[in-house]
Amino acid sequence: MSLWVDKYRPKELSKLDYHLEQAGHLKKLVEGGDFPHLLVYGPPGAGKKTRIMCLLRELYGSGVERLRIEHQNFQTPSKKKLEIITLASNYHVEVNPSDVGIYDTVVVQELIKTLASVHQLDTTGQREFKVVILTEVDKLTKDAQHALRRTMEKYIATCRLILCTNSTSKVIPAIRSRCLGVRVPAPSVEQVAQVLQCSVCKKEGLNLPPELATRMAEASNRNLRRALLLCEATKVQQYPFSKQQELVMPDWEVYLRETAAKIVEEQSPKRLLEVRERIYELLTHCIPSEAIFKGLLQELVKNCDGELKCEVTSLAAFHEHRLNLGSKPIFHIEAFVAAFMALYKKFLEESMADMF
Amino acid sequence: MHAFLKTGKLGAGAGGPSSGEGSKKAAVKKALVPWVEKYRPKTVEEVAYQEEVVAVLRKTLEGADLPNLLFYGPPGTGKTSTILAAARQLFGDMFRQRVLELNASDSTTVSSTRPDGRPCPSFKIVILDEADSMTRPAQAALRRTMEVQSRSTRFCLVCNYVTRIIEPLTSRCSKFRFRPLAQDVLEDRLTTICRSEGVKFEEGVVAAVVETSGGDLRRAITSLQSSARLRGGDVVRVSDVLDVTGVVPDELITHLLDACSANSYEGVKERLSVLLAEGHAASQVMSQLHDVVLANPHLSDLSKAAICEKLAVCEHRLLGGGDEFLQLLDLSCTAMQHLGRGA
Repeated sequence: MSLWVDKYRPKELSKLDYHLEQAGHLKKLVEGGDFPHLLVYGPPGAGKKTRIMCLLRELYGSGVERLRIEHQNFQTPSKKKLEIITLASNYHVEVNPSDVGIYDTVVVQELIKTLASVHQLDTTGQREFKVVILTEVDKLTKDAQHALRRTMEKYIATCRLILCTNSTSKVIPAIRSRCLGVRVPAPSVEQVAQVLQCSVCKKEGLNLPPELATRMAEASNRNLRRALLLCEATKVQQYPFSKQQELVMPDWEVYLRETAAKIVEEQSPKRLLEVRERIYELLTHCIPSEAIFKGLLQELVKNCDGELKCEVTSLAAFHEHRLNLGSKPIFHIEAFVAAFMALYKKFLEESMADMF
Repeated sequence: MHAFLKTGKLGAGAGGPSSGEGSKKAAVKKALVPWVEKYRPKTVEEVAYQEEVVAVLRKTLEGADLPNLLFYGPPGTGKTSTILAAARQLFGDMFRQRVLELNASDSTTVSSTRPDGRPCPSFKIVILDEADSMTRPAQAALRRTMEVQSRSTRFCLVCNYVTRIIEPLTSRCSKFRFRPLAQDVLEDRLTTICRSEGVKFEEGVVAAVVETSGGDLRRAITSLQSSARLRGGDVVRVSDVLDVTGVVPDELITHLLDACSANSYEGVKERLSVLLAEGHAASQVMSQLHDVVLANPHLSDLSKAAICEKLAVCEHRLLGGGDEFLQLLDLSCTAMQHLGRGA
């Protein structure tokens, strides 16, 4: 039995639940025959991947759903052997080049170029080109992105690229100017609630009160994937649903909130040690460091006012950037916590002094 | 030296029929070729707006010697197109055998430039595209090769930033700067393309495309084609163009600044999360904020300077891998401090 997220993923452009106008545009694109490179971007859980798969189905028919996993081997110039996993059908290949870290340039140069430069074997009754899907393009190094530039132009007759990314900020302009950008905005709260109610729970034979659906949609932050997972988790916890039912929030969020409360409660080296342990705990459970930063900031700011809010924000931005440059997240998160403690303590002492 | 360039079936005359043949071949696969490739200049004369380099290349085509070339300038100004067109005119049918094109997608390390640059009688022009992504050792290896092989080979380096090319190389080449295309030239080209493709468009579309492209012809043509394709034969509207180019709607930016003026941290945070949930790119938001802040009459010069400084810092951090939301929030906080104080 698969998760609802996969089970109820729309498979055709006409079956999508929202952004219908865009779906119409995409359909026209396929019918026109003149298919460009695409750059699909939008926040997580907005349905980028769903749209790409629908598009492929529209292009090639149901054959694209027969997927196979392949392990590709290649060698870097420094004779290091690497392996990357690709997901392929007869018509398309999906690769995540950032899987191999800094060697992604080699993937682009070897793998994608080879794929792109080979013609389809049998072009009768099907498209003349194949599709290569690259995911997490924003994580590609600059070198790899540069290497993509000419490949995109040169092999346009045999291959189309579909790039999938959360944000175009980290995609170089040269690539952006070669692609048709498709923005996939996150669904609105109403749309999420509607999907939960009509598309999923109805088919599942469940009765979901509208109030609860709206609450789930709000809690998921307009992320449909999260909303569906949340809905499924809530169902496991208690069914039939009741209107006031408590939602199952991920336990790491609760844990992070408690950590923030501890920081505000007391500012001392001893407390810093305790906080450090908790952050270690979070990191060992593979919680992404950006999420920790955002969560901490959100909670800490609640206890500050005016000017102090701005200062804390700028501290967070500063340390988060350094975290991305460095390699050990714990240093930077701890530095942020320590800096906040100093700032907050000073603020408290000053306001105390003002009082007397 | 003339003799070397004069071998084979050469000259602009010979280039004529061959390019005709090329376009016939292209006509078969017409539906699949993007307009950028389709309307790539076929001859040097067709290159828009770069008179200097066109004049030099025309002399070459008439029989003068060709120097080593270094083309630099922002993307989409016709650097690669120019040298390809020139080579096609020079060599005619022999184009494929006489021109070697290398770029960043071929691993441009020392090992690969050396053997290819060696005296190979079949190559006469080596185009090194995206030369600024070549490593320093690779560039250094090229120095001597360029001089030794000057009898048989000409190099053409194409890059965006001339500062990334080492001094000894630049001094061996004649440098040409490609300027961003002027508005009227862009408009002219786009209208021609629209006419020959039979695209119907609303008034102001061409102007909108030109404005968002910032002098980059390739980007302009791509966004024009994209919006035409999305519409699929219907009339193209200005809103389509803005959507395709990823420009953030003005009202979202104004809302954000309003929240800044109101001095409400929560409001700013709310607006920002909406902005990002809609899928707009932080870098685009920043560049549009920059325009709006500069034009704001209520801000003192000092505040503007402070905001712009923060903007630069945040943009740098963003490129360094910083989180979009945090960086934008930091920037907005600074804007809030100044706007709020002013009000």
